[in-house]
Amino acid sequence: MSFFFQQLLNALQVGTMYALVSIGYTMVYGVLTMINFAHGDIFMVSSYFAFFFSIFFLRMTSHFPSFLVFPTIVLVTVILTSFLAIIIERLAYKPLGSASKFSAIITALSVGILLENLVLALIGPEPHQIPPLIPDVVYNLQGVAFSSFQVLILAVSFLCMYILDFIVYRTKVGMAMRAISFDKTVVPLMGVPVDRIIEVTFALGAAIAAVGGIIFGSVYSLDPYMGIRIGWWAFIAAVLGGIGNVRGAMIGGLILGGVEIFVVAYTTSAYRDFVAFAILLLLLVFRPTGILGKSQIKKV
Amino acid sequence: MKYRYLLLRVLISLYLIVFACVVPSGGTPTATGTVIKIGLNAELTGSIPKVGKSCKQGAELAVKEVNDAGGLEVAGQKCKIQLFVEDNEDKADVSASVTQKLIAQRGVLAIVGPNASRNAIPASEIAESAKVPLIGPWPTNPKFTIDSKTGQPKKYAFRLMYLDSNQGIENAKFVKEEFNASKVAVLYDIGSEYNKGMADVFKKAFEELGGSVVAFEAYSSGDKDFASQLTKIKAANPDVIFFPNYYNEVSLQLQQAHKLGIKAIFMTTDASFSSEFLILGGKDVEGACLYSTFIADVASASPIAKKFIESYRAAYGEDPDDVAALTYDSFGVLFQAIQMVGKIDSQAVRDALATPHSYEGATGKTTFVGTGDPLKSIYWIQVKDGQFRAYIPKNYHP
Amino acid sequence: MTTKNIIQLSELDGKLKNKQWALAFALVILFTLTFLIPHYGLLNEYIQLTIIYIGINIIMALSQNMINGYMGDFSLGHASFMLIGAYVSSILTVWVFPNNWNPILTSIILFPVSVTAGGLAAALLSLIIAFPSFKTRGGYLALVTLAFNMICVSVVQNIEAIGGGRGFMGMEKLTTMPWVFIWVLIAVWVVRNFVYSNFGRGVVSIREDETAANLVSVNTKQVKVLTFVISSFLAGTGGALFAHVLLFITPKTFQLQKNVDFLVMVYLGGMGSIGGSILGAVTYTVILELLREALSILGTMPIFAGIPSLEVWRWVVAPLLLILLMIYRHEGIMGFREFGFIVPYRDRFGACFWLKKGRAN
Repeated sequence: MSFFFQQLLNALQVGTMYALVSIGYTMVYGVLTMINFAHGDIFMVSSYFAFFFSIFFLRMTSHFPSFLVFPTIVLVTVILTSFLAIIIERLAYKPLGSASKFSAIITALSVGILLENLVLALIGPEPHQIPPLIPDVVYNLQGVAFSSFQVLILAVSFLCMYILDFIVYRTKVGMAMRAISFDKTVVPLMGVPVDRIIEVTFALGAAIAAVGGIIFGSVYSLDPYMGIRIGWWAFIAAVLGGIGNVRGAMIGGLILGGVEIFVVAYTTSAYRDFVAFAILLLLLVFRPTGILGKSQIKKV
Repeated sequence: MKYRYLLLRVLISLYLIVFACVVPSGGTPTATGTVIKIGLNAELTGSIPKVGKSCKQGAELAVKEVNDAGGLEVAGQKCKIQLFVEDNEDKADVSASVTQKLIAQRGVLAIVGPNASRNAIPASEIAESAKVPLIGPWPTNPKFTIDSKTGQPKKYAFRLMYLDSNQGIENAKFVKEEFNASKVAVLYDIGSEYNKGMADVFKKAFEELGGSVVAFEAYSSGDKDFASQLTKIKAANPDVIFFPNYYNEVSLQLQQAHKLGIKAIFMTTDASFSSEFLILGGKDVEGACLYSTFIADVASASPIAKKFIESYRAAYGEDPDDVAALTYDSFGVLFQAIQMVGKIDSQAVRDALATPHSYEGATGKTTFVGTGDPLKSIYWIQVKDGQFRAYIPKNYHP
Repeated sequence: MTTKNIIQLSELDGKLKNKQWALAFALVILFTLTFLIPHYGLLNEYIQLTIIYIGINIIMALSQNMINGYMGDFSLGHASFMLIGAYVSSILTVWVFPNNWNPILTSIILFPVSVTAGGLAAALLSLIIAFPSFKTRGGYLALVTLAFNMICVSVVQNIEAIGGGRGFMGMEKLTTMPWVFIWVLIAVWVVRNFVYSNFGRGVVSIREDETAANLVSVNTKQVKVLTFVISSFLAGTGGALFAHVLLFITPKTFQLQKNVDFLVMVYLGGMGSIGGSILGAVTYTVILELLREALSILGTMPIFAGIPSLEVWRWVVAPLLLILLMIYRHEGIMGFREFGFIVPYRDRFGACFWLKKGRAN
């Protein structure tokens, strides 16, 4: 039984990571009908921000109480990453105007490649790891091992998802975002500053991904190409949950993490990709617009 | 309406101009007596950029040392070495393309690299048909030096490493004898031919020695989360866990294994031999066993290795890993062959490399026995106090 | 039609007939060149290899264009069809076909058979994707094709008999410039005839408005399936040619990242345009090689000698150029336009009309 719970914990950890990053994909698709393939690389850059800032900050911890370390790093990384996302949006996506969304995809892919190789060229290929930001203790509860950091991660992730859910579904800004994804032409007529809301969307998506970046960089390692895999997987999670739907993205991420972990746990790990993606394909056959996606009613 | 196809016309004329300019360069082979051209095919971008960077640094150090001494002494004349570095992006087709470029356009005498077997094999095909010697510092896949159509060894492909088919058997023997292990688990990358090959050979050899492989778990290249596979391994309760993977993955794997509370002896391969392994893994890699052709533990290094380590540190500010050392030695082997034959000619150099001889370098003694696969000594290593320390086996005999 | 239009039409007719001869002549010359160049070494081998790569890229771009450009859908899995084609044709040439035949016979008879077989295998397996594509569009099709790509890679990695992750080798270098030329011609011919046929017009109508297409009795299901099958056949032939020039294939070569190359070539050249795919493929390959050359020249200049990783900057400059191109000319090089000699002449007037309309998208 402890095997099952251990795997469940693993699945939660991996799933929340996918969920955090996939939110960004889904939000941008919602307002711009564009798949921001550079999102995975924004996630990667946020990890590097967190890394450099932690190194810098930890040298000065004598001036700060230790429990402030983690929140400060989160705050700074989130702000920096949001700025980066807004800059990218202004420089690369906005000039495209109402161009076909396919050229937007190429731009997004190019921005991603640019970020990866810029980091590679400027910082180098050596992988790094964010030093422990809180004292790390490993607990063992009836055969299930978990660490204090894992608990923190899960708590922070769920908190972020809750905050985001609140913003998107209970504030005016969120309402504007959802309105834009519903019908883009009418919304400016209602006095909503569409450009501003789009920037806020990018910033929010990037901020959430930044939280994911800090977590990822602490638990795993960072290198210039780490965003590629996470990016594709988060995209899959977003589509699985119904692209454009924020709650769907969260659910999609958790499901994807669960499928990955449990397929390995109970079948051969060699066939993981095959089985996991076959399951996903089946899910899509039964719900072609994703789990929480709405079937699109096309007006003739 | 005249401007309608302007962009198109500009582009077409650009192609024509460029092709015209690019065509005539190169073509004429090698040295005009004073400059020896050597090509380097490395993975500078792609999934293993650190390997490419180390390779490039090892190469540049080797070339710089020779050039600073005035050049390589060939048949009484001092010749400078010119190094051409190309990035194969860790892609097989690009690797073939840049090998072709180095040969056809730069007119190099010989090529060193690539490092990953998947890139080295296509490159060796090209070198073989162009009759240019290619020395791979790192590839361990037997297909690199064997012509798959005829089953005979290739004439122009040489390596500096042992074959993973041999090394896997040695690893199994080491684990069985040294640690008296009866149950072993393996975690390997199914997408990468080095990892999978080593894992398969190890499993077969270990089972033939009478042990049992209680868990044989796979992951895909690029994965960073191994919790699921490690949980399964933990449940199987092995004595030793074998991780034939690259250092950036093994350091994470050991960290996660510790977090899960796994108690076993951890064994990895020379692919983990890098200072990055120690930095990334921290205290979690303490006690891990591995091996390499090269030991950066200065205390037990030979004078040549010591000198190499010190020059590398002075030039690049970091300790060399085995890729750097092997690349450095590849150049040494090449220089020795050129001097042996006294001519700057690809065919002659190839013949020199193929005659049985040995070379003493930073990675110990490399003995060529007439084919592309040399005999090489290895050192067993254990991580102690955050450093790589030579490990003297108590029960194991090669 | 007014008298003016009729006169214009008949003038056009005359001009075009001359152009047809010119085109045939040019093709014959090019074909002869593809024999002469390797034989007499008119261009060095590196450029020959690059030209072969360009040819293969053209085929892949055309195949991707059929789905992304003409059908307006989004396929991310063409690398999997390339994989299937590469493996099937390689297995045929290495294991099934006799190895000791006269090399010329092998090249003329066996090679096209194995390339076609590779294409057919890819086409057959693409039926698995074609059917779910009915219900899904846009992002969902991307996911389905992506999943298929991952599944193919995973399956091949696990099949020990064909080498799994260690790769498969043993092929002869059967892909030569003449063969690449022939297959590119076949690809262009297939795509062009498909697009300008009744079926093909159905494809474009699906892109513009699927419901309306259904209403005017376009059998959307049939059209979608056929487009997928043809597109993957072409991708399979591209893969087969690729395998026989590289002589070593691993599943790793055909992972997700490879699709990025094809997408860029299609959108760079211009969607829905055969000339665009050709130009996109050529530009992409050539610019990357040029950048490599330019950076190594820059590296020898003293100002840049201090920068340690100049080669890496290639992949910083290339996407930057691409972004600039997308901002200033987002429809790609050719936009929705087409080279004159590709469009059949009964279409020229109509073609100009709806191609211009497409540009307004």
